[in-house]
Amino acid sequence: MAASTPSPADLSAALVLEPVASADWLVILPVAWCLAIGALLVMLRRQIDWHPYIAVLGLAGLVLIDVLLLRHVLASGPVTMVMGRWLPPFGIAFTVDLTGALFALTASVVALAGAIYSLADINDSGRRYGFYPFLMLLMAGVSGAFLTGDVFNLYVWFEVLLISSFGLIVLGSEREQIDGAVKYGFLNLVATTLFLITTGYLYASFGTLNMADIARKAEGLSGTAPLMTLTALFVLAFGMKAAAFPVNFWLPASYHTPRVVVSALFAGLLTKVGIYALIRITVMLLPLEREQLSFVIAVAGALTMLVGAFGALAQSDFRRMLGYLVVSGIGSILAGVAVGGPGGIGGAIFYALHSMLVMTALYFASGVAAKLGGSFSLASLAGLYRRHAGFAALTLMLCFAVSGLPPFSGFWPKVMLVKAALDIGAWWLAAALLVTGFLTTVVTGRFFLLAYWRDRADTTDTPHSVTISPAALLPLTALTMLVLAIGLYPELLLSTIQSAAAGLGEPSAYLNSVFPGGAP
Amino acid sequence: MEAWFALLVGIFFTVAIYLLLSKYIIRVLLGVAILGNAVNLLIFTGGRLTRGVPPVIPGHQDALTGLAANALPQALILTAIVISFSFFAFLLVLAWRAYEDLQTDNTDEMRVAEPKDEPAPPLGY
Repeated sequence: MAASTPSPADLSAALVLEPVASADWLVILPVAWCLAIGALLVMLRRQIDWHPYIAVLGLAGLVLIDVLLLRHVLASGPVTMVMGRWLPPFGIAFTVDLTGALFALTASVVALAGAIYSLADINDSGRRYGFYPFLMLLMAGVSGAFLTGDVFNLYVWFEVLLISSFGLIVLGSEREQIDGAVKYGFLNLVATTLFLITTGYLYASFGTLNMADIARKAEGLSGTAPLMTLTALFVLAFGMKAAAFPVNFWLPASYHTPRVVVSALFAGLLTKVGIYALIRITVMLLPLEREQLSFVIAVAGALTMLVGAFGALAQSDFRRMLGYLVVSGIGSILAGVAVGGPGGIGGAIFYALHSMLVMTALYFASGVAAKLGGSFSLASLAGLYRRHAGFAALTLMLCFAVSGLPPFSGFWPKVMLVKAALDIGAWWLAAALLVTGFLTTVVTGRFFLLAYWRDRADTTDTPHSVTISPAALLPLTALTMLVLAIGLYPELLLSTIQSAAAGLGEPSAYLNSVFPGGAP
Repeated sequence: MEAWFALLVGIFFTVAIYLLLSKYIIRVLLGVAILGNAVNLLIFTGGRLTRGVPPVIPGHQDALTGLAANALPQALILTAIVISFSFFAFLLVLAWRAYEDLQTDNTDEMRVAEPKDEPAPPLGY
């Protein structure tokens, strides 16, 4: 190159020069939309009467955006958009594949249900403290985590959703909540710090943070870089976020303390973000190391399932029981991650999506039951079936779904996971899955017997006039119907999930979307 | 110089983990603060340490000639500092509220959410 005349820099080597196709803006829209609505709600902090309606409309818009995004991804494969037009791996890339789009859509459905339920659960004081802005920012974090294609950016979205969840968990400032929030806050901060440490080592080993770039280079580096250490640290960090045994203790200590709708959203969203990150990083980015660690993950998964199920059996509080059932579900998902292959990963993704819907709905049911029965305790809840047979039927369907009984959504992922475990000869893992299913049936059966079928001892002071608010019943019914519909007609979802799992195992389409011209 | 920094990072992590294992929230808080700094120092060291070499490409060249510190980890640290600072501020206030409301900073005695003498679930009906 001639040194005398300063040559014009060749921008086409570093920047995306053609304008972004309008459909591709959908990649970033979920995050931008949530942030914008959140900012609007903060600006309108004095008009708290408007907050719920703006939030419900905003989240309905988010569901629509995520549906369009999923359609776009189904039609044209993974889509990438880079920030500031810098070509990857220099610009931060948002890359959506089927897995991310499915998770984002389910999360937005859960959040919309939560926003509707909050009309009955969050009073004026909760609105003044900013429930709805926190909810929108939480969804910005969750959507960002599902859609990003950059590891450090994933860390930032984790922190966005974590700080919003801090705001939500202390909403109300009761003594119990402060106690739960202390454990939730410290342990989650340690988990994300562990994630940050690992990200630092990842950058030091690879020189890049772009997921597609890492996935491309991982095989070549396995001899020289400490990839096993990295993978083990990632598994620990995300396992802690997902509440896997033996780092699950923060979840049952805190999830029963906040408002019902907050518990429901946390159960549906937060642990599943950890699981999603675990699947993304270990399955797509570091597959060889996941293979080597699979026995450890399998043992952790089996223990998580059993600890969750036995823990739930020992509880006498409806919501604390549900907290342990969340943990138990995480164990089943880990089992799928450990088994690997299209069956195992597909089962894990399917179970995660099912668990998001059903755990949120169960927490809604706990709120309604407490309103009708005056307590969360199984010792004093009674006679709900006699007074509200329809609500009891909804709860029973959810109990069947969480236990993995047909014809509900929990059945198919369990079948996939057990089959995948048996296919690789891990009979003990399949046995753990089936025993957990049986124990969960016992847990929910006992709970239904005590809280719903048992007659009230004192029939004199029963508040017969208590009715269920439609704002609480609507999301509960809608989610239960969704759970039933997935159980009855799983084919469409199943085929989508199978191609999502295939895309994770063989990420050439993902890589092509980030590096369209092949390797730079 | 990297070796000395690695040693320093190790010391930071040791102190942080020791403090995090304490029962008393105030010590855990100090542990969190040191842990955040340990991570920042770790990433900083991972980006190569050079003194007085600005990573500026001369006008007639396309790439750096010598070794300079990588600027990206420093950008990562800036993000991480802001995040860990805000989290520390939140946890500090939370710990103060916990001390006021629960009358203790000993986590063993914080059993409001999970009472010790909780009755067993009903065995029959």
